[in-house]
Amino acid sequence: MTVTTSTPVHKGIGGSPLRPDGTLKVTGEFAYSSDLWAEGMLYGSTLRSPHPRARIVRIDTSAAAAMAGVHAVLTSADIPGKKTYGLIADDCPVLAIDEVRYHGEPVAVVAADDLDTARRAAKAIVVEYEVLEPVSDMRRAAFDAESPRVHADRADNIVRYQPVRRGNPDAADLQDRVAVVVTREYEVGMQDQAFLGPESGLAIPTEDGGVDLHVATQWLHVDQEQMAPCLALPPEKVQLTLAGVGGAFGGREDLSMQIHASMLALRTKRPVKMVYDRRESFFGHVHRHPALMKYTHAADADGRLVYAKAQLLLDGGAYASTTDAVVGNAASLGIGPYECDDVLIEAYGLYTNNPPCGAMRGFGAVQACFAYESQMDEVAAALGMDPVEIRRINAVKEGSILPTGQRIEGPAPLREILDELVTMPMPPEPSLPEPGEPEPRTRVPGERWELPPGGYGNTTRGEGVRRGVGYGVGIKNICYSEGFDDFSTARVRLEISGGEPIASVHTAAAEVGQGLVTLQAQIARTELGVDHAVVLPADTQVGSAGSSSASRQSYMTGGAVKTACEAVRMEVIELARRKFPELLSDDESWSDIHLADGALHLGAGVATGARLLARLSDVLGTDVVEATREYHHRRTNPLDPETGQGDSHVQFAMAAHRAVVDVDVELGLVHVVQMDVVQDVGKILNRLSLEGQIQGGTAQGLGLALMEEIQTRDGLVRNPSFTDYLIPTILDMPPLNMRILEFADPNSPYGLRGAGEPPTLSSTPAIVAAVRAACGRPLRRIPLRPEQIALVEGYGDEGGEEDV
Amino acid sequence: MTGKGIRLELTLNGKRQVATDVPANTSLLGALRDHFGLPGAKNACEQGECGSCTVFLDGTPVCSCLVAAGQAQGAAVGTVEGLADEDGLSLVQQAFVTAGAVQCGFCTPGFLMVVRDLQLRARGRTIINLDDDEVREALAGNLCRCTGYEKVIDAVRAALADPDVPRRSVGASG
Repeated sequence: MTVTTSTPVHKGIGGSPLRPDGTLKVTGEFAYSSDLWAEGMLYGSTLRSPHPRARIVRIDTSAAAAMAGVHAVLTSADIPGKKTYGLIADDCPVLAIDEVRYHGEPVAVVAADDLDTARRAAKAIVVEYEVLEPVSDMRRAAFDAESPRVHADRADNIVRYQPVRRGNPDAADLQDRVAVVVTREYEVGMQDQAFLGPESGLAIPTEDGGVDLHVATQWLHVDQEQMAPCLALPPEKVQLTLAGVGGAFGGREDLSMQIHASMLALRTKRPVKMVYDRRESFFGHVHRHPALMKYTHAADADGRLVYAKAQLLLDGGAYASTTDAVVGNAASLGIGPYECDDVLIEAYGLYTNNPPCGAMRGFGAVQACFAYESQMDEVAAALGMDPVEIRRINAVKEGSILPTGQRIEGPAPLREILDELVTMPMPPEPSLPEPGEPEPRTRVPGERWELPPGGYGNTTRGEGVRRGVGYGVGIKNICYSEGFDDFSTARVRLEISGGEPIASVHTAAAEVGQGLVTLQAQIARTELGVDHAVVLPADTQVGSAGSSSASRQSYMTGGAVKTACEAVRMEVIELARRKFPELLSDDESWSDIHLADGALHLGAGVATGARLLARLSDVLGTDVVEATREYHHRRTNPLDPETGQGDSHVQFAMAAHRAVVDVDVELGLVHVVQMDVVQDVGKILNRLSLEGQIQGGTAQGLGLALMEEIQTRDGLVRNPSFTDYLIPTILDMPPLNMRILEFADPNSPYGLRGAGEPPTLSSTPAIVAAVRAACGRPLRRIPLRPEQIALVEGYGDEGGEEDV
Repeated sequence: MTGKGIRLELTLNGKRQVATDVPANTSLLGALRDHFGLPGAKNACEQGECGSCTVFLDGTPVCSCLVAAGQAQGAAVGTVEGLADEDGLSLVQQAFVTAGAVQCGFCTPGFLMVVRDLQLRARGRTIINLDDDEVREALAGNLCRCTGYEKVIDAVRAALADPDVPRRSVGASG
């Protein structure tokens, strides 16, 4: 672990100051996007397709438009400009054009005096459909030449095919070293971000013919960039301000109601508010790609990987969204944080008529992680090895070469992570009732009696409960990859107000709950040596910050704020040199000046004999120092389309989990007893926020392992509600013990490593491995279902090859 | 919908309040948010599954999305906006901020009301020996997507670690 050299600043980097929005959030005053209100505003509603694939024969809006209180009914014919948009490919219609390609696709929008009228008017729109056979099976979409094409203008249903070829896994001379070969197929269901604050926003027409949109999003500028051409407006006439965001997790990367509300506002010349309810929210954003994966791992007698092959199919649904980049992640990280010289990975992103899939926390790395970690366990089992040991033996380290040919720069402490994880205490052995003992056993107050699988009330008497332990490791790329320059911009201002120096930070970075708003102020305090730092509302009046995605905002917007602060600091020192040239003697240098405690000091830190030179208030007086800076990460390269070789990623982050579970092997029910996690974050910037990210990420990984799946049948979504799409409750979450390592990255601001996603990766395979250990069944599809787990003859037998 | 609504009278956070013209099909949640100007109770699912709309109705925590506005006629309703007073945040609110139990915060108003209820029951000795497992049971009706609940438990421990609450097993997990 590295030693921190910087002097800690009160509420600065490394501290845990409280969220500046915390008080507003506990008093109910914080304005989320669904809380907005404007004088004279109308309410918008969306009519969505009931079919996964159909031709639109006719739309009749006359009855809806004639209803009292209805101000506009718009279809694709009314879109002012470009009729499609998208984050990577612009293939997604603002409103369906001649054809619908997924269940829930927007067809028309309505604005009315109140929400009830708007919803009734949307229902009164008559749409005649010619229903077509949906493409709902991704294997067929990929490989059946007879399959209908989701987009008629494309040659096939493949959004992206990305192979990664390194060495030759079929080389004859490798076979002599092989002791075991394991080939298995895995499947991941469709997970939803399930942020609690539904999609919503308020569009206000402006006097100059433009629109101001207040919205919950992850990236204001990419929304603006996609909206403006569709609204036939120059970007400067489409201004966005971030409204309060009720969680995101990738689900707010794509547009939802942004163009619809703006179209309605421009048409009616009135403010228009749109708020989805929970059902509509399930249709209103992309989900995590379901995956079908076939893996072969070969290892020598010592457990070292000899070669690996993987084929991953990722269901992108009807429109491209970010499938392209998800495929890039799945391919480049396809065998995980393990060294292997002979690898073939083939990743496909597919068009189907299933719901569109795009970004969700972990972004392509999650699906692969479930498969490669399951494989590592299978190889270990085949060799009679310990699951931690096989991971240690094959673990990447600094300087390792990934299958893409990329060399890992900076620390990659997977062995250290695993070594730490195994030292963490295990929970006490289960205190289940003795045979014949009445159930439930009387509980002694203060003594922990583990919640049985299925809960206290209604299931096991304890006989069929078995305990299992499992491990999972994950590796995630931080920042955007494959040559994308996802820079961030920060404007920092330093001035004296009421005799005290105040730093204000203005960025367009989306605070989605993660705590970036806290961190930006911490950086300003540390860099400028002030106590009072404020973060201004995020909007498009300042340059792009990039997305609150890819665990990148601490790195990128943190880097931008730091860089802008450094520019401000230099200007302050220059000001001091001009105003008070006598402060330094001839043998002292202005470049040795540091800002701390609201003053300029010569040398860093009081302990090292720093000399107070001047108060900031005296140096600045009435002057205001402001700097705007962009921060760019180091350049990356695209993956070669044939070989998948390329330095595609900026940074890598790793976490490992251990899960302890109790499984009722008769009823197939699971209770997670305890989880333990170790993560390397490079440098802790705010421990409280960081812990929250690791805890929340672990919970979402648990959800994917055990319960969360959007059920589709022939392209129809069956469970768009929190009644039937289950996310972990507080009863599902076990105590989580955490150790955080700080192996500083020499290339990143403060040595930090993005932290939000890695725990989502490793949590899932750890839990599934623990359930496997308890019940002895293969469990190759997640989320797990009781019939896969229960040891009932004839149930839960899975297909797929056993041993090859 | 002008002219079709009902007149709704509530004792809202201790004060008599009236809204006119509340549509008859509006939930108590909708009435609070759209007609009484109190958006603190949240609209995360509007199906009674997530608890983010929890308010006190005549002293009992309820999902306000499942209560028709007319059912609350004349009742005492307590919302998150009524938790703080002139002296500042309540113990429960402060505990959530300090523990880091607030991330996006959309679920927070609902949790605060349920924890407030726990606190009142603990003080009234209608529940005793609150340990982590019991806290989990009590909060099982409130969904949070950000925190993984670990810091919510920390906040509840802090909020219930009140001199008036039996201390013996508060916060004990083993």
